[in-house]
Amino acid sequence: MDSVKHLRFDVAVVGAGPAGIAAALAAADSGKTVGLIDDNPAAGGQIWRGAQNVQRHSVSAVWLERLNKSAIQLVRGARVFHAADGELAAESDDSAIQISYGKLILATGARELYLPFPGWTLPNVMGAGGLQALVKSGLDIAGKRIVVAGTGPLLLAVAAYARKCGAKVVGICEQTTRPRMARFGMKMMLVPGKAAEALHFAYELRGIPHWTDCWPVAAFGNRRLESVRISRQGQTSEIECDYLACGFHLIPNVELPRMCGCQLKNGFVDVNEYQQTSVAGTYCAGEPTGIGGLELALVEGEIAGYAATNWEDRAKHLFPKRARYQTVVRILKAAFPLRPELKNLARPDTLVCRCEDVSHERLCEYTSWRAAKLHTRCGMGPCQGRVCAPAAEFLFGWQIDSVRPPLYPVRCSSLAAIPSHSVPRN
Amino acid sequence: MNKPSEVVIVGAGIVGAACAFELAAEGLRVLVIDEGFPSTGATGAAMGHIVVMDDSEAQFAITRYSQILWDDLCDQLPAAVEFDPCGTLWVAADEEEMAEVRRKFDYYRERGVNAEILDSQQVRDAEPRLRAPLTGALRVPGDSVVYPPCATGFLLQKARELGARIIHGRPVAAIGAGTVRLADGTVLAAAFIINAAGQSAPQLSRGISIKPRKGHLVITDRYPNFLRHQVVELGYLKSAHSLTADSVAFNVQPRKTGQILIGSSRQYGAQNSTVDESILARMLQRAFEYMPDLNSLSAIRVWTGFRPATPDKLPLIGPSPEDPSVLVAAGHEGLGITTSLATAKLICAQILGQRPAIPVQPYLPSRQMTAEAHV
Repeated sequence: MDSVKHLRFDVAVVGAGPAGIAAALAAADSGKTVGLIDDNPAAGGQIWRGAQNVQRHSVSAVWLERLNKSAIQLVRGARVFHAADGELAAESDDSAIQISYGKLILATGARELYLPFPGWTLPNVMGAGGLQALVKSGLDIAGKRIVVAGTGPLLLAVAAYARKCGAKVVGICEQTTRPRMARFGMKMMLVPGKAAEALHFAYELRGIPHWTDCWPVAAFGNRRLESVRISRQGQTSEIECDYLACGFHLIPNVELPRMCGCQLKNGFVDVNEYQQTSVAGTYCAGEPTGIGGLELALVEGEIAGYAATNWEDRAKHLFPKRARYQTVVRILKAAFPLRPELKNLARPDTLVCRCEDVSHERLCEYTSWRAAKLHTRCGMGPCQGRVCAPAAEFLFGWQIDSVRPPLYPVRCSSLAAIPSHSVPRN
Repeated sequence: MNKPSEVVIVGAGIVGAACAFELAAEGLRVLVIDEGFPSTGATGAAMGHIVVMDDSEAQFAITRYSQILWDDLCDQLPAAVEFDPCGTLWVAADEEEMAEVRRKFDYYRERGVNAEILDSQQVRDAEPRLRAPLTGALRVPGDSVVYPPCATGFLLQKARELGARIIHGRPVAAIGAGTVRLADGTVLAAAFIINAAGQSAPQLSRGISIKPRKGHLVITDRYPNFLRHQVVELGYLKSAHSLTADSVAFNVQPRKTGQILIGSSRQYGAQNSTVDESILARMLQRAFEYMPDLNSLSAIRVWTGFRPATPDKLPLIGPSPEDPSVLVAAGHEGLGITTSLATAKLICAQILGQRPAIPVQPYLPSRQMTAEAHV
């Protein structure tokens, strides 16, 4: 039987990406005990993965150093899989962990949306963020030919990163239209810091084709990716490549907030000006409240951290800064809506659920996610529908089920160690 | 235009689906209506065992009859139905339960059900993951397991091929006197109406009593060959008999996918489908007591469901007490997957005026009126 650890914090922060780190540091200013819980072996989240190795004075290095010097207890490698009655249940490699708290800050980040198209399950076809994460974890892409496809500024960041690591970026396929892209560029120039970022990317990506109205239609290869067929302004062509990195939007990780009882609005966690959710004492910051990028995540995190420690003045002081970056959320939304053609990429035999090998045509006969899931096993595998459910939502317009514990697969022993209270909740 | 249906079945769980197949096979024009999608109620939450039970003669009769019907059908079942003749191992943890093993063995043998008594060592050989020592077990090799949503889908598909129509997403507001009134105001006429609405059946047919009995289940990732039989503790007989207290029992199933399904819990009065952490923990602890290695397996999903339970633990099959034009086929508690096929045979015999293969009296809904009069 595993051991069960008990932890108690005045403020518990779930997710050690930028929003969570900023929240934990702000909360720790008050002298209260702060715990920062993350399922990765190190802090940084998806965006700052492997940031320990980057140069000093970079934004990530500064924040991570502040974190290291603080009194915050970092609970690493712990996956929160359940929340009820003011307690969290988590699991690490060797124990179940029960975490109780005074205030809770949820900074659970986002994951990538994968859209099924023929060949998307071939080895070396991956998420744009996923490829970046693999490279940061040691994958060598020097000399490899990479096509980056999807939508939004993440493509530029990933392409620039890949080039810096020695890869040959063959092209960037942006599904949005040229006018939308142009408007996006102009609007972002008005957001502080973004003009410099854009120039930086323009420099880093010089010479790389950046096609608009362009998306992947199929990937080919014998055992692994060899080429990708793209549609570009109505014409299809085939490009040889070693990797295809696809980034079609980010999906907020709202499962834990939902399990905590937080209300959603248009798919994102609904928060007030202090980043407080519909549940008193529970706050949310970063991508789950709206996809807005790094700067917004940091300032939202700080506001949540101060608000959770009753430092309203300090929180309020940051409202104007947050308002500036919130315009990014609106600009992104207006610039990169997914075009309807992307719903028709999957062929009848294209897999939608890779855990359970469920094809597109098998899903077509159902009218709801629950019915499709029960009858085809779609979403019933170890990823628990994290990949196929958002795809099915986009393709078929289905509403996804309620959330239930465990949020992630956990050992049965951890499930049996969930804090249970004598008062039945029925 | 479609001809009016001779039979309208309300509810596309496994019982409604089995009735549709049976009646369509007899040449009747059948229409099935469900408020949601087929098998999204109790059927979708069920474990899916096809098991002979002997709480009473009537329970034995219907489960045994059903099992034979499933065996007749098994060659036709597509792979998605995951039919697995894994058998059941009823394990005894002490001498008292071993006495039950012997009683059950005699009972089954007298009635032609193949069974064998295993001693402590034989139990270990049969299921090496069980803790040692257990006193013994009864192996019932004829029991099997299916995946209920696809079993239901198969029965509906067969019915469709025989001309039945299936409509879903249309709630039914009222039934009786040869008509079915839908919530949207549509009125359908039928010579016979079958109320197979599970725990909602009493809302459509007054005078019958079905109470939801909540259960929890856990399914693991794939661990092929971890388990060979469905394994049930005989302590189950003690706990499952309680009509009031919450109870848990060790009950695991190997699935064709290699996954392990872990049950079971029983709660009366619980209306909310939320996972109840304390009963879930009790249920898992009980499972670990019998099979310690389960605790390190990865659990993928937990869900709850409501068994449609009757006070005497027998299903309601036959004319509604308030309206004989309505036939009730509901209240199958935790045995609906098993007993669906015999239920369909009994309903069909009543509609066609044929003599059923087993006596129908113990299952007639009118018995609840008599029972109530005695309270």
